[in-house]
Amino acid sequence: MLIEGDTGTWEMVIGLEVHAQVISEAKLFSGASTAFGAAPNSQVSLVDAAMPGMLPVLNRVCVEQAIRTGLGLKAHINHFSVFERKNYFYPDLPAGYQISQYAHPIVGEGTILLDLEDGEVREVGIERLHLEQDAGKSLHDQDPYKTYVDLNRAGVALMEIVSKPDLRSPAEAGAYLRKLRSILRYLGTCDGNMDEGSMRCDVNLSVRRPGDPLGTRTETKNVNSIRFVQQAIEIEARRQVEVLESGGTVVQETRLFDHRSGETRSMRSKEEAHDYRYFPDPDLLPLELDPAWVAEIKAALPELPDAKKRRFMEDFGLSAYDAQVLVAEQANAAFFEAVLQGPKGRRDPKTVANWVTGAYFGALNASGVGLAEAPVDAEKLGGLLDLIADDTISGRIAKDVFEEMWQTGRPAGEIVEAKGLKQITDTGEIEAIVDKIVADNPDQAAQVAEGNQKVVGWFVGQVMKATQGKANPGVVNKLLKGKLGG
Amino acid sequence: MSELTRISLAEARDLLGKKELSSKELTEAHAAAVEAARPLNAFITETPDRALAMAEASDARRARGEAGLLEGIPLAIKDLFCTEGVLTTAGSHILDGFQPTYESTVTANLWREGAVLLGKTNLDEFAMGSSNMTSHYGGAENPWRRSDSNAKLVPGGSSGGSAAAVAARCALGATGTDTGGSIRQPASFSGIVGLKPTYGRCSRWGIVAFASSLDQAGPMTRTVRDAAIMLRAMAGHDPKDSTSVDRSVPDYEAALTGDVKGLRIGVPKEYRVDGMPAEIEAIWQQGIDWLTAAGAEVREVSLPHTKYALPTYYIIAPAEASSNLARYDGVRYGLREAGDAPLVEMYEATRAAGFGEEVKRRLLIGTYVLSAGYYDAYYNKARQVRSLIARDFAEAYNHVDLLLTPTAPSAAFAMGEKMDDPVAMYLNDVFTVPASLAGLPGISVPAGLSADGLPLGLQLVGRAFDEETVLRAGGVLEAAAAFDAMPAFVAA
Amino acid sequence: MAIDKATVYGIARLARIRIDEAQAQSLVGELGNILDWVEQLGEVDTEGVQPMTSVVEMRLPLREDAVTDGGKPDDIVKNAPEAAHGFFVVPKVVE
Ligand SMILES: [Mg+2]
Ligand SMILES: [Zn+2]
Repeated sequence: MLIEGDTGTWEMVIGLEVHAQVISEAKLFSGASTAFGAAPNSQVSLVDAAMPGMLPVLNRVCVEQAIRTGLGLKAHINHFSVFERKNYFYPDLPAGYQISQYAHPIVGEGTILLDLEDGEVREVGIERLHLEQDAGKSLHDQDPYKTYVDLNRAGVALMEIVSKPDLRSPAEAGAYLRKLRSILRYLGTCDGNMDEGSMRCDVNLSVRRPGDPLGTRTETKNVNSIRFVQQAIEIEARRQVEVLESGGTVVQETRLFDHRSGETRSMRSKEEAHDYRYFPDPDLLPLELDPAWVAEIKAALPELPDAKKRRFMEDFGLSAYDAQVLVAEQANAAFFEAVLQGPKGRRDPKTVANWVTGAYFGALNASGVGLAEAPVDAEKLGGLLDLIADDTISGRIAKDVFEEMWQTGRPAGEIVEAKGLKQITDTGEIEAIVDKIVADNPDQAAQVAEGNQKVVGWFVGQVMKATQGKANPGVVNKLLKGKLGG
Repeated sequence: MSELTRISLAEARDLLGKKELSSKELTEAHAAAVEAARPLNAFITETPDRALAMAEASDARRARGEAGLLEGIPLAIKDLFCTEGVLTTAGSHILDGFQPTYESTVTANLWREGAVLLGKTNLDEFAMGSSNMTSHYGGAENPWRRSDSNAKLVPGGSSGGSAAAVAARCALGATGTDTGGSIRQPASFSGIVGLKPTYGRCSRWGIVAFASSLDQAGPMTRTVRDAAIMLRAMAGHDPKDSTSVDRSVPDYEAALTGDVKGLRIGVPKEYRVDGMPAEIEAIWQQGIDWLTAAGAEVREVSLPHTKYALPTYYIIAPAEASSNLARYDGVRYGLREAGDAPLVEMYEATRAAGFGEEVKRRLLIGTYVLSAGYYDAYYNKARQVRSLIARDFAEAYNHVDLLLTPTAPSAAFAMGEKMDDPVAMYLNDVFTVPASLAGLPGISVPAGLSADGLPLGLQLVGRAFDEETVLRAGGVLEAAAAFDAMPAFVAA
Repeated sequence: MAIDKATVYGIARLARIRIDEAQAQSLVGELGNILDWVEQLGEVDTEGVQPMTSVVEMRLPLREDAVTDGGKPDDIVKNAPEAAHGFFVVPKVVE
């Protein structure tokens, strides 16, 4: 996205660093639990508290999750990687260093495809992914003079996923985060809940004149929702443009986004004299991966959103948009495929897609329940669609039936039966009604005769009204055209 | 004075085994010796009550027919090992009042084998030193005196309290830790045996870390056999230490065959450093002669990067230490100063007050060599040279089975000597540091006395995980030397 | 390599060790001497030499992903100079 400044046009250059909490039972280097919400310091091992003489031992599943994620990002898996210590003092960092990866991360370059609003697809580079420990939690609001420290989070495994500076707008940043989250969830490596902090984002941003070399960037830390990331980008880019246009220079620094004030501000305290003195952790050896293990993980990868989207478009003839909406969440895609598969073979993919993305997702959203708890499951929705397909009910009636199903949880056939909603397909019966309505409305019939085709629609409506919507719309149309000569 | 404190660990074990002695008697004698030796300042914490309770429990086990490798044997533990419920200080003010809620793997192994805790021994602060003089609790004193002087001598360091305790007959054995010579050099200074095992042989879990890639625990005893017995109990794979090696522990005592016929022993020519005292050179030659007489083939070998070992060590060890000691920040345990000041002031005041001068010096050097712009020139360069040093040893072991060197470039020096020049002090480790950098096992065996009556040790360095050959040849040296001199101070 | 007082203060700050003027002054000499001495490593040809990562010849062991630890908050804060309601307590941190 280009910004029109007072002195001309500016382009924003954005890279994102995402910290994604690895799904595992235990922490990266200790046997303490990763579960949320426990009493303070109750999920802390002596290792996490950095007691004297304590040593780290690496969790196999955390490594596996990082490999899996790397493979999902079509990234290079480094068979040799090194855990290093990042040294700094902070109360929520008990050892005085964070075990992270620096010169040799476990995952190298990869790519991620953005599905943009206009249906366009854009490729964004992944720079690296590495494993590191989370810090503990500092509570500043418990006491006026003191900070309280809880180490339950300390040592939980994070994947830091760094994009290349390939993003150019808040919308692209949003698309990137949504896509990354979708992939992580498909892989089962991170739950992607930004509001619970299991996915956190740092924004690296600079501005430049289109075509110019990169400008000086700032890093805005810990923005915790996609909306805030987009806001922070907007605000920070405008701030940088203002600085540059008023003759100033952008300072390379760490900034904090305050969504209440809608500002980013410098974190000078954090910046001061930072020299992390990375060096390989002598308590750990380099991590060497067995290629067979990586191959095994690769073979077991699920179908990921891009592949699924391609299949939905190619095999089912879905539009890019529908396919995109369906694959964003693995469960939704699975639901679609479950509805698609009827007892007597495959249902019509486009009809299924329309119903799933339309009425069904609409009902889910409106009622605020998840797929698992929804009163209408795939089988019931399929049953409804079958009644449309065999002309038992019309599409219009089906909407009402669906609403009834959602309220009561009863199958479509039962509702149609009980309420007598079966479509009238008997041509004689419909013809009698058509004849009566044409006879009762000579003025409107004359208008059709004069060439006003719109009035045919009015007649259709009258017939449907008279049959409570049960007349087969195809038959009604055909009969009316014959009678009115339209 | 009790005869029970004069016997060796092996002899005590055998008497206990024959039920001619109870652990209670043995432990009471040693607890009394610990008390009598207080002038040496060898212990930071004495645990006589716990010792007695452990001894009684041991006697009860033995009565039930259960006996571990060290059943009923009273030992001293360097105060770098975390011991559950017992003050653990690392010789530092900054760990004031720290009582671990956990037991180090090595000490847990010792207790599992029936050993009894006499107390926690003095050491250089965070094991940083070669004199024991950097301890917050004051220097431990060497029980030896020069024949012509009553000057108080250092026991060496950093495991100085353990060395003094064993030499003064307060304990049948003690644990030490060796990062650059901290078991072997004090053993040499105090006339006892000290064994640094191969890196990875004993678990580091629960030992206060100094330099993680170098630290290794080992036994300090009065005989080679005792070291073999103790090592077997201490060693073993520990899944809690990622650098602990999963190998079975041999019966080291069985390796003491007394036979070194045909064993090829290398004498590294680069260890003939400028200004080496004649008596050190003489004892080294004596060692060569003893081993030759016993049927070993002694030949010269070259370890070309020897002279770079000390500067390499004094980059790597402080660098690791600067990070390992970041956890002493006044938040979770130990000392806190300026607790009401802003956080950074609290950190800086706590660490300024809590660490002694030598520790600070090393932390600052370590911080510097890792800092932006200096990492490659210092730290990475040192790691490269370390590779070359390890390669030198590997090449030498293509031709020989063991290396023989002096343990230290001098006998024990007086308290207060060498204290004002850090680099001069660092030279104490010139013969021990190379094997540490290469992770190899080394033993110091008392070989004779200096002209002024102080013990001198010889060092044998073996291949990785070949402690058996190190002990076997050490036993031969020991037998040949027949070292039976007694220190001036013996606990009575 | 000569090292000046400002550098000494900078390192001390990084290491979170407060030093006074007199200490800074004497550390200039002491640290300078040590650095001069270790700089002899510059003589060694290390072209193409891999830095040593570990002296043990083994692979990094991996632990199983099982909860085997925790559940002892009292032990965790037992030695703390200041604790309240199960938390460690430190002077107020201002972000
Ligand atoms: Mg980062
Ligand atoms: Zn990170």
